Amino acid sequence: MSKIVKQEMMGMNGDTACAYAVKQCNPEVVAAYPITPQTIIVEVFSEYVANGEVTTEFIPVESEHSAMSTSIGAAAAGARAYTASASQGLALMYEMLYIASGLRLPIVMTCVNRALSAPINIHGDHSDAMGARDSGWIQLYCENSQEAYDTVIQAWRIAEHKDVLLPVMVNIDGFILSHTLENVAVLPDDAVKKFIGEKKIPVVKKPSGELTPYVLHPDYPVSMGAIDLQDYYFEHKRQQAEAMKNALKVIKEVGEEYGELTGRRYGLIDAYMMDDAEIAIIVMGSTAGTAKYAADLMREKGVKAGVLRVRSFRPFPRDDIVKTLSKVKACAVLDRSISFGSYGGPLFTEIRSSFCYECEKPIIINYYYGLGGRDTPPNLLENVFSELKRIVETGKIGEEIRYLGLREDSIDSVNYKAELISFKDLNTGNIGGK
Amino acid sequence: MSEEKSWREIPLGGLTWLHSSEYKTGEWRSFRPVVDHNKCTRCMQCVIYCPDIAIKYKPDVNMIEINFDYCKGCGVCAEECPVHAITMVKEKE
Amino acid sequence: MNKIIEIRFHGRGGQGAWTATQLLAMSALEEGKYAQSFPSFGPERAGAPMMAFVRISNQPIKLHSDIYNPHSVVVLDPTLLSAVNVLDGMQSNGKLVVNSHESPSTLKNKLNLKDQQELWVVPASDIAIEILGRDITSTAMIGALVKATGYVSLDSVLKQVQKRFSGAIAEKNIILIKRSYEEAKKA
Repeated sequence: MSKIVKQEMMGMNGDTACAYAVKQCNPEVVAAYPITPQTIIVEVFSEYVANGEVTTEFIPVESEHSAMSTSIGAAAAGARAYTASASQGLALMYEMLYIASGLRLPIVMTCVNRALSAPINIHGDHSDAMGARDSGWIQLYCENSQEAYDTVIQAWRIAEHKDVLLPVMVNIDGFILSHTLENVAVLPDDAVKKFIGEKKIPVVKKPSGELTPYVLHPDYPVSMGAIDLQDYYFEHKRQQAEAMKNALKVIKEVGEEYGELTGRRYGLIDAYMMDDAEIAIIVMGSTAGTAKYAADLMREKGVKAGVLRVRSFRPFPRDDIVKTLSKVKACAVLDRSISFGSYGGPLFTEIRSSFCYECEKPIIINYYYGLGGRDTPPNLLENVFSELKRIVETGKIGEEIRYLGLREDSIDSVNYKAELISFKDLNTGNIGGK
Repeated sequence: MSEEKSWREIPLGGLTWLHSSEYKTGEWRSFRPVVDHNKCTRCMQCVIYCPDIAIKYKPDVNMIEINFDYCKGCGVCAEECPVHAITMVKEKE
Repeated sequence: MNKIIEIRFHGRGGQGAWTATQLLAMSALEEGKYAQSFPSFGPERAGAPMMAFVRISNQPIKLHSDIYNPHSVVVLDPTLLSAVNVLDGMQSNGKLVVNSHESPSTLKNKLNLKDQQELWVVPASDIAIEILGRDITSTAMIGALVKATGYVSLDSVLKQVQKRFSGAIAEKNIILIKRSYEEAKKA
C-alpha cells in the first residue's frame, strides 16, 4: 500500500478530466474538431496549449475526418496522437477509423457518447460508439469522471503495448459524465509521465529476416497499408484479431499496475456485489453507478442483487463475463443503443451467445434504455431487479426484449402509421383528410 | 511474388517488405517513349510531368534520359513535350 | 450512512446558476466531501428558465441520474416563482431559499408550502446591486443557502471564492456572500 502515490482531489467534469489527463501525458499531436458534448475537451486543452503547459502541436482541423487523418499521419510518423469526438463527428471519421486500426497505430481518442441524428439530439447514448464497434478500435466505457481520467492515462500503455498496437477509444457518457463536475483524484505530473513512459517505435521483421522500424522515417523508407488484395488482406485482418485477443491480457495488466500506483484497480469488467448475487444487471458506462446504487437499495430489502459493468466492450471479455454470471439465476442486459432489426441490443446478443454451450447459465433478458439521454433513475433500475426477482420466483420470462423508461400507451393509437397517396392526390389537395 | 506467407510470417499494418525501388514497374509498359535529341530543347517539361520520376536530365551530357526500369509508357511526356521531340513507339514482343 | 444531499437551483440562462452549483460542490470538496454539480442540459438561451443541481455526500457518489426530490431548492430570480413550479418534488421537510425583497411572511402566504417545509428569504438582488453594481445573485444565494442548511461551512465557500475569482471581484463576492448569509431570514 505504501507504493500508492499521493494524489490531489480536484473537482472536474468528465471532459475536463480527459483534457487534464491528456495534458499530463503531453502527446506530440492533438488534432480535434469541437462537437457537443466533447467541446470542453477541445476548449480546455487549447487553453493548456496557449498557456504553454504542454508542448503538444495542437492542430485545429476543419472536420473530424481530418482530425483522424491528422492523428493517423502523426502516429505513423511515431508521435503520440490524441483526438476526441462524438456522435456525428465520429460518424464522419468512420472510414479513417479503420485506417488507424488497420495500420496498427496506437492513437487514443475520447468518444463522448451522444445519440446520432435524426432526429437531432445532443444527449448521451451509445449509438455513436456502437456504430464503430467493428472498426478494430479497443473500446473502454467509463463509469465516472475519475475513471475517464484514469482510463485516458492507461489507454496509451494499452495502445502502445507491443502485443497490441491498436487505437483505443475511451468512452464517456455525454453530459452525464462530460458536463458533471465530480471528485477526481489526480496524480502528480511526473507520476503520469513515468507511468506512460517514453514513446517506443515498433520494429518488425520482413520475411527476408531483415528488421525495419514501423514508422515513417526518411532513413528507413517503408510504405504502410499498401495495396493488399485477395492474397494478403485476410492475413492482415487475422493479425488484428490476434492483437485484440492480446489486448484482453494487456488491459488487465495495465489496470493492475495502475491500481498499485493509485489504489484504483481496473480490469475488463467491474463486478459489484456479484459474489452471491442471484439477480444482476449488466450495463456499460455511467448508468452502472446508478445500478449499483439500486443494487444497494435491493440488498437493504434482502434481495441478492448485483451489477456487472462491462468496461471493455472491444475486446469482449467473454470468459470473465461467463465466469461472473454463471451462478446468477436471472440477469438483465441493458443496451443504450439499438441495432435496428437485430434480436436484441449489441451487448445482449454478445452476452447471450457467450453462454450458448455453457451448462450453467442464467436467464438473460434485454432492456433498451436511455436513448437520446433519457434519464435512468434508481427506481427504474429497482423495477428491473424486481422483474428479475419475479422471473426467478415464477419461472415465467415474458418478453425477452423490453424498453426501460419508454412511454407506452394503452389506447389503440395508430398515429405512428402512414398511408400512401400519389403525387396527383398531393396536387389536387386530396390527402385523405376529412 | 514468391510463395505466399501465413499471417504470422508477415509484418503488421500492410507494411510492404520490398523497397518501392525493387518493384520494377517498367515491366508494365506496352508503348515506349523515344526522344529525338536534336529536336529536344532541354526545357525539362517531361521531367516535371513524368508521374513516375522516371525521366532525368543528365547535365554531364546535356541530355534527357529515361529510366526504363520504372517508365510505364503512359505517354504523358510525349503529350506535354512542347516541341514534339518524344514519340511513343510500340514495344516489341 | 450513505446519505446524499440533493439541491436544485432555479435561474435564468446567464445568471450563473451552474457556476453557483460548481462553487457549492467545490466547497464540499474543500471539506473532504464528495460532490456532483450539473446543469439541466438543454438548448442554452440567455434569459430562459434553467436548472442546475448539486449532490453532496460523505461517501463517493455512484448515482448518475437526474434529481427529482431535492432536499433544498434555491431560486436566483424572483420572477421564476410565477414562471415555474419551484416546489416541484421538493422533500416534505425541504428548504426553499428565495431571492426576493418581499417580507418572508408575505411570500410564505403566496407559496403553497407543506407544513414541514421551510422558506428562507434574502433580498439578494438588492444586496448584489449595492455591492457588485449588478444584479448577479448566484454567489449571494449560496450565502443564504449555507445559512438555511449548513450543508457546507461559510468558510469553505469563501475559500473557494478566493480560489475561483481574484482581486476586487473576489473581495466583493466575499462581502456579498457574508451579507447575504446575515440577511437571510426564515419565514
